[in-house]
Amino acid sequence: MAKMTLDQLRALRAQKQGELEKRNVEGKDIQVIVGMGTCGIAAGAKQTFDAIVAALEKHNMTGKVVVRQTGCMGLCYVEPTVEVVMPDMPPVIYGKMTSDVAEDLVVKHLVEHSLLDSHIFDRPAIDIVKH
Amino acid sequence: MAYKNFILVCGGTGCESSRSDEIYKNLLKEAEALGVSRDVQVVKTGCFGFCEKGPIVKVLPSESFYVEVKPEDAHEIIAEQVIKGREVTRLLYRKDKKSDTARLEDIEFYQKQFRIVLRNCGVINPESIDEYIARTGYKALEKALFEMTPEEIIAEVKASGLRGRGGAGFPTGMKWEAARKSPGDVKYIVCNADEGDPGAYMDRSTIEGDPHSILEAMVIAGRAVGANFGYIYIRAEYPLAIERLKIAIQQAKDYGLLGKDILGSGFDFDIEIRLGAGAFVCGEETALLQSIEGKRGMPRPKPPFPAIKGLWGKPTVINNVETLANVPVVLTRGANWFSSIGTEKSKGTKVFALTGKINNSGLIEVPMGTTLREIIFDIGGGIRNGKKFKGVQTGGPSGGIIVEKDLDSPISYESLTALGSMMGSGGMIVMDEDDCVVDISKFYMAFCVDESCGKCAPCRIGTKQMHGLLDKISKGQGEDSDLAKLEQIGKAMTKASLCMLGGSAANPTLSTLRHFRDEYLEHIHDKKCRAGKCKDLVIYEIDPAKCIGCGLCARRCPVPCITGEKKKPHVIDGSKCIKCGECYAACKFGAVIKR
Repeated sequence: MAKMTLDQLRALRAQKQGELEKRNVEGKDIQVIVGMGTCGIAAGAKQTFDAIVAALEKHNMTGKVVVRQTGCMGLCYVEPTVEVVMPDMPPVIYGKMTSDVAEDLVVKHLVEHSLLDSHIFDRPAIDIVKH
Repeated sequence: MAYKNFILVCGGTGCESSRSDEIYKNLLKEAEALGVSRDVQVVKTGCFGFCEKGPIVKVLPSESFYVEVKPEDAHEIIAEQVIKGREVTRLLYRKDKKSDTARLEDIEFYQKQFRIVLRNCGVINPESIDEYIARTGYKALEKALFEMTPEEIIAEVKASGLRGRGGAGFPTGMKWEAARKSPGDVKYIVCNADEGDPGAYMDRSTIEGDPHSILEAMVIAGRAVGANFGYIYIRAEYPLAIERLKIAIQQAKDYGLLGKDILGSGFDFDIEIRLGAGAFVCGEETALLQSIEGKRGMPRPKPPFPAIKGLWGKPTVINNVETLANVPVVLTRGANWFSSIGTEKSKGTKVFALTGKINNSGLIEVPMGTTLREIIFDIGGGIRNGKKFKGVQTGGPSGGIIVEKDLDSPISYESLTALGSMMGSGGMIVMDEDDCVVDISKFYMAFCVDESCGKCAPCRIGTKQMHGLLDKISKGQGEDSDLAKLEQIGKAMTKASLCMLGGSAANPTLSTLRHFRDEYLEHIHDKKCRAGKCKDLVIYEIDPAKCIGCGLCARRCPVPCITGEKKKPHVIDGSKCIKCGECYAACKFGAVIKR
C-alpha cells in the first residue's frame, strides 16, 4: 500500500477492526493461533505449527481453518501455547502443545467440538483494548 | 453432538491440594447421574493464578467464575447451571464481599494481572501492521500529530505519572520536557532495548509480540521533543526481536507512518536499529550512546544528562522499551485513566519476568501496588515441589533479596528501594531453601566482574575484591573479618562508582548479609553450606547399611572415584571426588548421603 493520509488510516482501522471482530478471514471461520515468541519457539512451537497444518490436511479441515502466529502470552511454563477461536465454542488457550499432541487438538476441538483435557489455561488478564 | 457447557476445574498445584480432584470427579458423577453428560464437558485446567481463593471452577461459555468450591458443590453446579441455566451466585467471585450479587466487573477483574504494555502480546500477529492498527494502533499517533501540540503531549505524559521502567524510575514527561527545552535543531530519540539482567526477558517479549507499539511511541516522543530521528539499541543476541522490528519498520514506512511527512502532517521521523554486542554496561544510558556512536561502550559522568547533551552532543531522550510501550495507551486512554492505576507515586503497571523455583514461571504484568506475595503465591502458583520460600531477587545483579517478612509490602519504586532492593528492569528470581545466599552473591558478583567496563576504580577493583572474598567464604576459608570487609568495600562502591553498574553491584551481597548473616557465619565457622550448593563444603558418602552394591553410582561417576565389589557396599574416595552429584542423583536406594 502506498503512503496513507489520516483519513485512509482511519478507514483502514475501521475495516480491519471489523475483520478482527468477525474473526473471519478469507471465508475461513476457525482460527488456530500459535504463540511464536522466542520462548514458544524454543519449546517447539515451529514443530507444533507444522504438525497442526499437517493434521488439518489429514482431516480435511484446511479450507475452514487459518493457522496464525502471535507473540508470547506470558505462560512460559507451559509453552508452546495455542489458542483456538471458532464458532459455537468458547475461545480456549491450550498449553504444553508439543507437536505430538497437535493432532489430538485438531480432532478433539476442531472436529469433535470438545475440549482437550489437561492442556487448558486461562488468559492471564482482561483485554484493555476491548474493555 | 456438541456440548452446551464446559466446566473447567483448576488442576494447579494449589487447587489440587485443596481437593480440586474430588470436585472434578463429583462433577463427572453428577453430570452422569442427572443425565446431562452429553451436554457438559468437565475438564481440568492449569492454574488460574488466583490460588488464595482456590479451588477455582470456571464455566464456559457463561464465564462464571466460582471460587472456594467444595466437592459437595458439584451437584448444585450441574443441577442449576447446566440444567436450568442459572449461575450458582453464592459461589461467584465477588470483589466486594458485602454485595449480594456479583457484578460483571468483579468477574472480569478476578485476575491479578493487568496488561497495558503486553496488551497485544499473544493477541496479534506481530508481523502484521494491519492487526496492530485494528486494535487502536497508531491512534495515539494521530492524536499526537493532529490534535495535540508537543507541549500538550508532554503535559499528558507528565500528568499520567509514567516513570522510566528501565529501573531508576525517572518521570518520563520530565525527561521529554528537558529535551524539548534544551536548545538545538537536531535531537534524538533512543529506545534502550539492551536488556541484560540474568533471567530478564520483558523487553524481548514485548518487541517480539508487539513491535509497532515501540515504533509508534518513538514517533510520538519525537513529535513531543522536536526530534526527527530515532535509534533502537538492541542486543544482537535477540535475533527474532530484531527480525520483527525490521519487518515492522518496513511496514510503517510503506504505510507512511514513518519517514517524510507522516500522514500528511508535515512531520518527519525515521528509525534505525543499532545492534549491541551484549555488554551489560551498554544498558547504562551514557555507555549506550557511546556504543551507538561507534565508540567503546563506557559510561561518562552525569551531568550533563543526555536530555541536554546526548548522542553526538545533541539533546537525546533515552527511554526503555517498556516505558515506550506505555506511551500510546497514555495518549489514547488519557492521563486520568492511566494514573488511576497503581500507587500514589508509582502509576500504571510493571512487567516482570518471573523465574526460578516457582511453579508458574512466565512473563507477568501487574498494577503497581500488587504485593510480592500475590505475585509469587497466586500468579506464580507458589514454590516448586512444595519447598520452602527463601527469598526473591528483584533487579537482577543490581538488586537485592527480599525475604518472607517483607512479601506483603506493595510494589513501587520507593518500597523496593526501602527494602534494600530495587525495581530494576523487572527480572524476578524466586529462590527456595535449596539455594545458598553465598553462592548467589558470588554468582552475581562474578557477573559484575565480567561486565564491569573498568573505567572507574571502585567498580573495577571493588567487584574483583568482593568476588575474591565471597569465593573464599564459599570454600570454607573465610574469616570473621571478611564480612566487615565485604560491607566496607560494598558501601564504598555504592558511593563512588561512576555509573549504576558499580553503584549497585554490591546490592545482592549487602542485602543477603543483612538477612542471612547466620548462613555466611555458618560457612565461615562450621565450614557448612546448608543448601549444599557450595561444592567445596559438601561431602558425598555412601551409607553402607543402605548400599546394595548395584554399582550404578560407580558407572555414573565421571572421575571415577567410587569402588566396591558387586553386591557389597561401595565407597567414595573423597580425595578424588569432584562433587558433581551424579552418584547422589543416580542412587535409587538413598544410600548416597550429601552433607
